[in-house]
Amino acid sequence: MSSEQIDLRVPIDGEDSIIAARQRARQLAQSLGFGVVDQSRIATAVSELARNVVRYATGGKGEARIRPLSEGKGGIEVVVSDEGPGIADVGQALGDGYTSGRGLGMGLPGTRRLMDEMQVDSAVGRGTIVMIRKWRR
Amino acid sequence: MARVPIIRVGDILLATIQEDLHDSDALALQESLTTELERTGANGVLLDFTTVQTVDSFLGRMLNDVVAAIQLLGATTVVVGIQPAVAMTLVELGLELKGIRTALDAERGMRLLGSALGTSVREG
Repeated sequence: MSSEQIDLRVPIDGEDSIIAARQRARQLAQSLGFGVVDQSRIATAVSELARNVVRYATGGKGEARIRPLSEGKGGIEVVVSDEGPGIADVGQALGDGYTSGRGLGMGLPGTRRLMDEMQVDSAVGRGTIVMIRKWRR
Repeated sequence: MARVPIIRVGDILLATIQEDLHDSDALALQESLTTELERTGANGVLLDFTTVQTVDSFLGRMLNDVVAAIQLLGATTVVVGIQPAVAMTLVELGLELKGIRTALDAERGMRLLGSALGTSVREG
């Protein structure tokens, strides 16, 4: 099976799944040849996004999709989605210092700094989809 | 369950954080460390992160909180063994570990604690 066909789906439904999602992302990053610092960045970013789902999404449920990217020198993409309350102002949520309550206000901005690309699609009442990418250098 | 064992060595409590600590274990560690400090009268804590591969904002905040609580109890904490990749990630994530004493490994950490506590830690 070529690496482009890999498409891991990890259900997010509690504490254990936060660890499972970041482990799967780290394993794939390692197999794609990312160095240990990038592996740490990717695993931590996935941990932040998965924890957002467990904390804020309706019923704490969602999904992480993890797949390799073949463009350029290759990369990894993780899409974390939920059907939670959504984010009213995505721009504000991406600004440093934003917190919706119990967070440290570094979830999304911090995650963005760890990755090369991040895209947030959210609609109030419908849910949130966060796509992150890291490219091999 | 990856509960974190706490070992007492003289006046110092040693806790080795396991890889992929669950959130509930992290919270339990805060409680058991402060309880053990009160029970034993220890005045130093060494937290070993050598095997920890991922420190996200939750675990980082727990670390800040537990160090602050230990300080309020009159004891000193030294955090050892943070992996270079974890250190870089924490900085980029924007997590500040304010006022936390760190050392490269457990041996240096014990020495730092010994000097901070004004006592000599016996080396085997």
